[in-house]
Amino acid sequence: MKYSFTKLALAAMFSLNVFCSVQAADDTIKVGIMHSLSGTMAISEASLKDEMLMLIDEQNKKGGLLGKKLEAVVVDPASDWPLFAEKSRELLTKDKVAVVFGCWTSVSRKAVLPVFEELNGLLFYPVQYEGEESSRNIIYTGAAPNQQSIPAIDYLMKDIGVKRWFLAGTDYVFPRTANKIIEAYLKQHGVADEDIMINYTPFGHSDWQSIVSEIKAFGSAGKKTAVVSTLNGDANVPFYKELANQGISAADIPVMAFSVGEEELSGIDTTPLEGHLAAWNYFQSVDNKDNAEFIKQFRAFTKNPKRVTNDPMEAHYIGFNLWVKAVEKAGSTDVNKVLDAIVGVKTPNLTGGMAEVLPNHHITKPVLIGEIQSDGQFQVVWETEQEVKGDAWSDYLEGSKDLISDWTAPVKCGNFNVKTKKCLGSQSK
Amino acid sequence: MNELTVQEKFLSGETKSFILVTALLGAVVVMLSLMPEGSFIHLPVYVVNLLGKYVTYAILALSVDLVWGYLGILTLGHCVFFALGGYVMGMYLTRSIGAQGVYGDPLLPDFMVFLNWHELPWYWQGLQYFPLAALLIICVPALLAYVFGRLAFFSRVSGVYLSIITQALTYAMMLAFFLNELGFGGNNGLTDFKTLLGFSLQTDGMRILLFALSVVTLCLCYLLCRSVVVSKLGRLCIAVRDAENRVRFIGYRVENIKLLIFVLSAVIAGIAGALYVPQVGIINPSEFSPVNSIEIIVCVALGGRGRLYGAVIGAFLVHIAKTMFTNLMPEFWLFALGALFVLVTLFLKDGVAGLLCVHLKTGSTETLTDKA
Amino acid sequence: MRKAFCMLAAVLLMSTAYAGEPNYELSESLKASLADSKVKSRDQAIAMLAEDLSEQHISLLGKLKSGLVYADAATSEIYIREDAASDCYIRLADAQQICGIKLRRSGVSTLQKKKIEALLLSSSLSSSDPEKRAAAVKNLLESEAQSEIPSEQILEQIISKENRRDIYLNLKVAMALIKSADEKTGPQELIDCIDILEDYGNARCISALAALKNHPNPEVASHAASAAANLEFKQEVADFFEKIFFGLSLGSVLVLAAVGLAITFGVMGVINMAHGELIMLGAYTVWGLQQLMPQSLSTALFLSIPCAFMVSASVGMLIEHLVIRHLSGRPLETLLATFGISLILQQLVRTLFSPLNRAVATPEFLQGSVQIADNLSITCNRLSIIFFCLFVFAVILLVMKKTRLGLEVRAVSQNRPIARAMGIRAQRVDLMTFGLGSGIAGVAGVALSQITNVGPNLGQSYIIDSFMVVVFGGSGNLFGTLAGGFIMGIANKLLEPVSGAMLSKIIILIALILFIQKHPRGLFPQRGRAAED
Repeated sequence: MKYSFTKLALAAMFSLNVFCSVQAADDTIKVGIMHSLSGTMAISEASLKDEMLMLIDEQNKKGGLLGKKLEAVVVDPASDWPLFAEKSRELLTKDKVAVVFGCWTSVSRKAVLPVFEELNGLLFYPVQYEGEESSRNIIYTGAAPNQQSIPAIDYLMKDIGVKRWFLAGTDYVFPRTANKIIEAYLKQHGVADEDIMINYTPFGHSDWQSIVSEIKAFGSAGKKTAVVSTLNGDANVPFYKELANQGISAADIPVMAFSVGEEELSGIDTTPLEGHLAAWNYFQSVDNKDNAEFIKQFRAFTKNPKRVTNDPMEAHYIGFNLWVKAVEKAGSTDVNKVLDAIVGVKTPNLTGGMAEVLPNHHITKPVLIGEIQSDGQFQVVWETEQEVKGDAWSDYLEGSKDLISDWTAPVKCGNFNVKTKKCLGSQSK
Repeated sequence: MNELTVQEKFLSGETKSFILVTALLGAVVVMLSLMPEGSFIHLPVYVVNLLGKYVTYAILALSVDLVWGYLGILTLGHCVFFALGGYVMGMYLTRSIGAQGVYGDPLLPDFMVFLNWHELPWYWQGLQYFPLAALLIICVPALLAYVFGRLAFFSRVSGVYLSIITQALTYAMMLAFFLNELGFGGNNGLTDFKTLLGFSLQTDGMRILLFALSVVTLCLCYLLCRSVVVSKLGRLCIAVRDAENRVRFIGYRVENIKLLIFVLSAVIAGIAGALYVPQVGIINPSEFSPVNSIEIIVCVALGGRGRLYGAVIGAFLVHIAKTMFTNLMPEFWLFALGALFVLVTLFLKDGVAGLLCVHLKTGSTETLTDKA
Repeated sequence: MRKAFCMLAAVLLMSTAYAGEPNYELSESLKASLADSKVKSRDQAIAMLAEDLSEQHISLLGKLKSGLVYADAATSEIYIREDAASDCYIRLADAQQICGIKLRRSGVSTLQKKKIEALLLSSSLSSSDPEKRAAAVKNLLESEAQSEIPSEQILEQIISKENRRDIYLNLKVAMALIKSADEKTGPQELIDCIDILEDYGNARCISALAALKNHPNPEVASHAASAAANLEFKQEVADFFEKIFFGLSLGSVLVLAAVGLAITFGVMGVINMAHGELIMLGAYTVWGLQQLMPQSLSTALFLSIPCAFMVSASVGMLIEHLVIRHLSGRPLETLLATFGISLILQQLVRTLFSPLNRAVATPEFLQGSVQIADNLSITCNRLSIIFFCLFVFAVILLVMKKTRLGLEVRAVSQNRPIARAMGIRAQRVDLMTFGLGSGIAGVAGVALSQITNVGPNLGQSYIIDSFMVVVFGGSGNLFGTLAGGFIMGIANKLLEPVSGAMLSKIIILIALILFIQKHPRGLFPQRGRAAED
């Protein structure tokens, strides 16, 4: 018996060695890619991995960065939130990556945030999110709520003349916050309580009969009605199908979606969705030279002529270019130096404008509103005149009205209360 | 699983070896991690952290083995207790963030400020005190296990039916914790913990300490389970597993035996969850997901059920494999896990521990085959 | 020679067809605003076209609305696509037909489409084609949004000319809607309006009546109140039936997903955790067949019913042969092994077909809804799923009760040794039973593909519910599954408006857990010696 345990102990010690593999040579710069390649989120995140590999490949063809080649380190957090924290710790301590591009869901970002702050890493987060956060170690290249929901509501209110609002969301933090902000914004604009209805459903909700019938009843009060949908992933197809079957068309009650993009549409029969709206900062259909080039490259790289591009991909495109420029400006990949250099760095986005890193670690983005077409693409029907600055702390939420974020010299704080002139939370120490 | 060992001593050879090896390995890991950085044998702290996580899974597997291996109840929802213990710990850690949250609110956790809550719900009261939290870590899983077990065992739900309703239980709990109104942070759960008992969680020392604590807890839980298993109660358990009706006819209250062991196992699972949370840094409803519970079952099956150390070995093997697969070939992890399920049930009835026993012919204790 | 002749004939035919179309000259600014890549520019184009509503402009507006107007980005030349399926365009300037060129569509937004619609509405209301008129009036009354109803005078003119009764009546309703909102209408006239509105009774009428409840004239107010109350009562009754229908429809989905399990679990005692994945395979079969024959979607759907059955049944039989057979009498181990298989199948599909969902089209006959009563309409796809579920159930019953296989299955499930002694090859029966249960799962997948996502996770979302249905109904009893599924569906739908979708699901699950603990053998427990094990 003792013998067996000794043997086992040896085996265990050996397996420990697997974790501490030999460190690679210093002539490359390591770039971490942390997107789920398996599990439920693979559906959205897997293509971001492909895109990052392409961008790194392109950069290497151009001669690398600071005279060194870039090397991608891909890990799979398998849609498992604690695993995100584990993998980011591994990337930062074992692989010693200079930067990580990763995460999709809010909860995955929340899970890795303490790790990045503790180990002083650098994360580029590419997805539209609920705001109410600004970390020194994260650059948010996706949209903050004021870069997506508020302009979309403006469009519905002013251009379409919507008077009654049905806010349908999956029950998690992004819809909760987005709807809170929208509600406050609508009330400021004189919309009465009875003209706003909020409904939450579980993840992957598939039986929409009652809710669509409720929407129908809500919309028949004689005022123009719209649905603002923050439904997540799998819940969307059955929702739109039910809408179409119950005879609600985009002309009657338009649906404005914040989480339906080209990638999601590629797995859907789009006939029932035609004419419904989505608000993003990028659409594949945008007529622009850079965009055409990007789509071509991506399709060539993945050897799939039908691959679609979407908003988070553009965010990573921008994020990668921003990082490259910041590293060149700083002359080093050291996180502190890069963070000092990155505020104010500008790079062209794919819709013909410029993306600039703001002191609050968010970027400037244009807001586009598109209508879904039968081919699964969007037709842009409205866009902001110029780029909108991302705002980490919403002005429409009670708790964050007075907060700002500024990572430049005098303030250097992610949650600075302008009234009390105090930096709140853990950074106060 | 028809082997019934007779006259086992509490501190049998294998118990001694188990404790010895576990403590030794734990000590070695701690020592290696304390080596100066850069030296060849230095163990990075993140590995220690990872191992700490595995140890908590091993404790959970131990608790599952107690009900599955010794009582014959295949629970597909043991992670409920694990997650509940974790949530209590998470609530304590969240309360001890205090005014260091992003909004600087001294009382309310961030997500409550964010959702415009104005006061703390009653079930969050008092959780800033560690003794209360520690008490609840034991009581909450125990209470749920008691209520559920009382209903289930006394109406004689058994076999696959019981498995299916334990699965439904964990599924219902997962949906419930997803609800933002419930006040447990919804999908995001609880995260961004800062301190434990006043010490920062983000230091290497704390990580190593937590690991050591987990190892000690594993040893203690093993001894506890062991003492139960070799006692009269343990022998009754095995009897219930193999021929429930006979035990009943002899005059024992089978329900009470089942309930006692089930509650004990839930408490151990809760403690494992409480150790898991500070090491991982997040607790959210996906811990309730039925798949997690089944993964623990396969750990026990792989290790060999009905031998406590088997569960521990299984938990380590499965999770080391998981870490390696998700690094090296992410697409194949589910294939490997799936194949593991099939192969273990088909060809490895007694698991790895069984294999070891057969190969090493450790027939130090007499075995009696029960053909019933 | 013949080919050339044919081509000549085709060209001749086309030229005659298009000779009738006048080629019109568009102003440069109109062309530019049609050809611009920005959708916003179409506002200008529509305004220009609206200035002069000639026959040509109306036709162009119509084409614009249906997305058939194209432009050459370089030359700003405007083309009309023949129809959505063809690849040929007609150049507006000279009515030339050109095929296979790359043009940019002159897209319009929904908002602009509605503007065009409003422009075209008055013209189609006075159109000479009665069908067009009927559609326009219907549109006027049914559309959920307030599309601009033309002014009273125009409507009166149209009414006076109308000679078809149904159109006339609908026009009257439209008139009543306008008048009821008009403050100048006298009380007597208003009461007449109220009667008309009450008769028609759609949602818009109800809101118009509700507005009249506060009319200063007490007679009008009370009349309106009683009419509104009447309609509201009708609406409530309709709502209740609608809820029951929703419940039945959800229930039928659950029954379809669970009935295969009821066979493998209830009859054979085998827990098949891979059941959800067999459903998924069925759904993927629909997708595959639709890829093979994109032209005939409905044929593909019908064909996929037997195909999905075959696919899932053979996978199921393979599982039985390779794994389950060797675990007989160890239900808990079977559970684990099949769970492993479900993981493998899921990942296999993910690797083969990508993790993205697949687009399964809904054939025409399943789209839209059927009007049952005035304010109760039922969607076609849901209705057909209910019927399909009952049909599948009937077939299973027939197989179990009337065929040799069914007899053998029942014999083996009741007493295996005796059945074997009677000369039944129990192993073969197991194989067939499992195949049958799995095949039914595939068929359920066909139905599910019409209402939900077809992706690798499809099965997982149904497996727990299906198990609950089978256990709730009482295993080994097919009627129990049917009743269990429908009860769960209806309870869910009655609860949902009260407690919200999240909570209703949790409540149902907890209620089920409690129920099973009180009645461990379900609604319809199996009796007799077979029940003891």
